[in-house]
Amino acid sequence: MFAPQTPKERVEAIQAGHRVLAEVHYERQPVTKGYAGRTLHVDVSANQISIKPVDDWMRNTFIGGRGFDLWLLWNAVTGSTRWDSPENEIVISSGPIGGITQYPGTGKSIAAAISPLTGTVIDSNVGGYFGPLLKFAGFDAIELQGIAGEEIIVFLDGNQGLIQILAAPEESVNSNLLAEEMVAVFGKTPQEKQGVTSVSAGVGSEHTLIGCLNFSFWDPRRQLARLKQAGRGGIGTVLRNKRVKALVVKYVGLKGDSNGPADLSLIQRTGATMHREIYERDPIMFTMRLDGTNHLTRIMNDYDILPVHNFRYGAHPEAHHIYSENFQKYFDYSSPDGCWYGCTLACAKVATGLELRTGPLKGQSVTVDGPEYETVAGIGANCGIWDAHAVLEANYYCDAYGIDTISFGTGVAFVMECFEEGILSKDTTGGLDLHFGNGGAMLELLHQMGRGEGFGLVVGQGIRRMKKIFAEQYGANPAFLQDIGMEAKGLEYSEYVTKESLAQQGGYGLANKGPQHDEAWLIFMDAVNNQIPTFEDKAEALHYFPMWRTWFGINGLCKLPWNDVEPGDNRARYRGIEAAKVPEHVQNYVNLFTAVTGRADVKTGDDLVRLSEVVYNFQRLFNLKMGFGTRQHDAIPYRSAGPVTDAEYESRAERYDAQLRSQVGIDPTGLSTTEKRLALRRHREAQYETLIDAVYARRGWDENGIPTLQTARSLGLDTPEIVRLIGQHATGAA
Amino acid sequence: MISVNDKWEVQWSPGVTIQEVLTALGFTHAVVVVSVNGLLVLPADFDTHVVADGDSVKVIHIIGGG
Repeated sequence: MFAPQTPKERVEAIQAGHRVLAEVHYERQPVTKGYAGRTLHVDVSANQISIKPVDDWMRNTFIGGRGFDLWLLWNAVTGSTRWDSPENEIVISSGPIGGITQYPGTGKSIAAAISPLTGTVIDSNVGGYFGPLLKFAGFDAIELQGIAGEEIIVFLDGNQGLIQILAAPEESVNSNLLAEEMVAVFGKTPQEKQGVTSVSAGVGSEHTLIGCLNFSFWDPRRQLARLKQAGRGGIGTVLRNKRVKALVVKYVGLKGDSNGPADLSLIQRTGATMHREIYERDPIMFTMRLDGTNHLTRIMNDYDILPVHNFRYGAHPEAHHIYSENFQKYFDYSSPDGCWYGCTLACAKVATGLELRTGPLKGQSVTVDGPEYETVAGIGANCGIWDAHAVLEANYYCDAYGIDTISFGTGVAFVMECFEEGILSKDTTGGLDLHFGNGGAMLELLHQMGRGEGFGLVVGQGIRRMKKIFAEQYGANPAFLQDIGMEAKGLEYSEYVTKESLAQQGGYGLANKGPQHDEAWLIFMDAVNNQIPTFEDKAEALHYFPMWRTWFGINGLCKLPWNDVEPGDNRARYRGIEAAKVPEHVQNYVNLFTAVTGRADVKTGDDLVRLSEVVYNFQRLFNLKMGFGTRQHDAIPYRSAGPVTDAEYESRAERYDAQLRSQVGIDPTGLSTTEKRLALRRHREAQYETLIDAVYARRGWDENGIPTLQTARSLGLDTPEIVRLIGQHATGAA
Repeated sequence: MISVNDKWEVQWSPGVTIQEVLTALGFTHAVVVVSVNGLLVLPADFDTHVVADGDSVKVIHIIGGG
């Protein structure tokens, strides 16, 4: 891995290249009730390091994690800041509960920045040790601002109370190498190695706009650095634009009470109950401990929700080749796989001994984290590649190069459809045959992103820019590209077909960051269970669930232990949407929040949601500040709502014909496929607009999607700047 | 006719069971809660619980999803 040098020589070379550009000593304070009480600001343009206090208003209003990220970023940028502006920041924070070890899913970090894909604020959550260890090293968040004059790393030693900006000419750029280099350089003992965590990207982040951040943690049993990804929105691209190779935190001394909770006993009791539930229920529910999130692939295919051939279809006869059992043979089950201490759900799978067939490491045997469902569905099903090995290999290189697997998979699916439609040809793809199913071509696109050459660079611009390029340079029909280009707000869709779920169309289209499923996942509740049949029902779900899921992001938590396992009596005790909230688990989170923070004003799940509403609405206003955040930006590509082509219509003609009769009031007899398809389209597009109206009203927004002044006031967000912002844009009376 | 989730209809036939209704609709997901006319049916009884013509069946799929 370090050839041609020995590992020792490699470490010495890296250390010899280090030159201190700035240095600050600080006195680490113990974390109290989930907060370190300070944030760290690093300006790599000016080589300045500063420490800021967390005041009561910031803590009580934004809570932490994504909330802190948004507030700090808001204060760093203006409406004219672009992703590559020096003032743009990458902000990373965990949250007050983040870092406890007694409950599953408590080690998340949330990263935020102005996105190169969307032009506005993006947030992305990720496992690994960085966020929690950053807090225990003394800081609730880190802001990385500026553009360095040379390649650097930022190193923070929580035990020594030392922060350094170091010239880093010798380090690798790609995370697969760099993460292990950082452990080797800064971790001398086994304990120290476990205390070293880094954030990095890769050369693919330099060459594309879909770069991801890799957050590392040291796996002592396998003696290797594992990587988890903050994938969405191109934050890795921002990191490399800043000429930062890595952010490194070192902290040794993690204990069960490092988070300084107000009531450790309550946390322990709540955690013990949850751990038992997972051991008992996971094997008979979703087998997360065995398969990770890829258990979903079979279910999505069975229910016509798995994206196939650029979201044209929801199922495929060959899909069984990428079901979870096909990956089990690659997984190393020799030890539990959590991405933070104490996670019994342990969904982070690791594939070992994967022999690479392509690329710069061809022939080498490597270890890769995952794959997650989104990667399997995006790179596999959506591109028609029914080959588990190819998916794993793409997963490995995406991580190594710092490429988001979701934007990559959805982007490649888009160009494959363009190729099959004759919009692209081998003349325009540099000779690549991009028919669906060509795994070799998919991998070559990825390597081109790594090398910075060829058609891979075009794909790496993301779908929104590709649509413009294909229309302007290749004469493609812009309306058709808009229909089939699966992006909204500039962000590529994650991997669910939403044609039969109006609520999930809204879940994607109305998401603050763009179409990512972590705000709302309502497909089964809506399209299969039929639990939210009216617009009012859907609007209520599109209020509650995005707010509730936001709560995980402001506290440093993973959402999986909330509803990817349920108490055995949940559905007997509760019905409908109440059961979907998993009330017993909501109470667990009330316990955790109050036990950590000691806040006596939070007593119920509704109180938790209220905390999220503040942050959620603030993010909507942040979009407004950046020139977005209005109704026109909540538009979705039509393929998200229905069949774009006659072939798609015909593939589910019985279903669509029945809907024309029952929902539209049209007898399809004697109509051509095109006539039927257009009639269905008019209906579904109108339905989406009606849904938006209902959701805006429920959320306290005006008809243009802007939070009213009354809403801002009720949430305590009526600062002079926000009042001015709303006043400039509002279309209705406050 | 059997109504399922107030959305689908399955042709009734004498002796049709819950499991046969699930199969007819392609409902393969193993983690479901089923009720007939508001009364829960345990999974162990899916193969033997006979559905009457005109019954209203609710099949709630439990899945956390993305």
